[in-house]
Amino acid sequence: MPGSEKPRYEDVEVGTELPGQTFPVHRVNLVMYAGASGDFNPIHWNERFATAVGLPNVIAHGMFTMAEAARVLTDWVGDPGAIEEYGVRFSRPVVVPDDDRGATIEVTGTVAEKLDGNRVRVELAARSDSQAVLTRARAVVRLA
Amino acid sequence: MPLDQSFVGRTYPPTPPYEVGREKIREFAEAIGDANPAYRDPEAARALGHPDVIAPPTFGIVLSMTAGRQVIADPELGLDYSRVVHGEQRFVISRPIRAGDRLTVTMTVENIRTAAGNDMITTRGDVQTVDGEPVFTAYSTLVARGTAGG
Repeated sequence: MPGSEKPRYEDVEVGTELPGQTFPVHRVNLVMYAGASGDFNPIHWNERFATAVGLPNVIAHGMFTMAEAARVLTDWVGDPGAIEEYGVRFSRPVVVPDDDRGATIEVTGTVAEKLDGNRVRVELAARSDSQAVLTRARAVVRLA
Repeated sequence: MPLDQSFVGRTYPPTPPYEVGREKIREFAEAIGDANPAYRDPEAARALGHPDVIAPPTFGIVLSMTAGRQVIADPELGLDYSRVVHGEQRFVISRPIRAGDRLTVTMTVENIRTAAGNDMITTRGDVQTVDGEPVFTAYSTLVARGTAGG
């Protein structure tokens, strides 16, 4: 984030926690993401279709959740270009009801390993409605 | 119906170049609610050492998903796309995508397997500039729920 102190490799240890964030998700966010990404699968915006294929309701794009979780990395490191590797497994969908509350995605991150070249491996956790929505969410980030 | 295993190792021709625009990056950043100035302001991006605005780390899906359709929509593969969900995604990034890039994607089928009655396919999209500079590689695993029979 501009103006905030960026983490330095020598100051970071295994177990260092990244500032966690909670991201609200409403239907409009999924419509915007569909347009921006080109993924118009109706399970992400059409409740009638989603329930007909056995889902509890409209669900967020997995890639939307992956993008939100990445913000914990990029806000921490400052330069989004410092992400060298980023992978996730989509373990559960984020269900987004059509109401004022919508859904939330809570993301936390921890430094799991210090690598050479001023890089660290970060493990992320993402939860929605008290359930893990991403597993094996890992990134390699280059620090100053 | 099981997927056609002969697809493993198959590589597709590079896609036509995709030209990355500043406004497309901004649109994507707005859609994920990310106010980072490196996605919008060329000066802010230059201050970080980038020649122009850069894209968020997952922006590459815009290219790799489109390129992946030529694989997963191939009727000979036998994937029931109506049952497909995204299982895993990984990006290995050589350098961030930036405005002005002209990028091609070369898709390869990495793996096809069946687990717990689900067909799964993993594709690899190697993305480079039209000048041959590697930018990123996207690994995508798609799962077709309950299509493997049994």
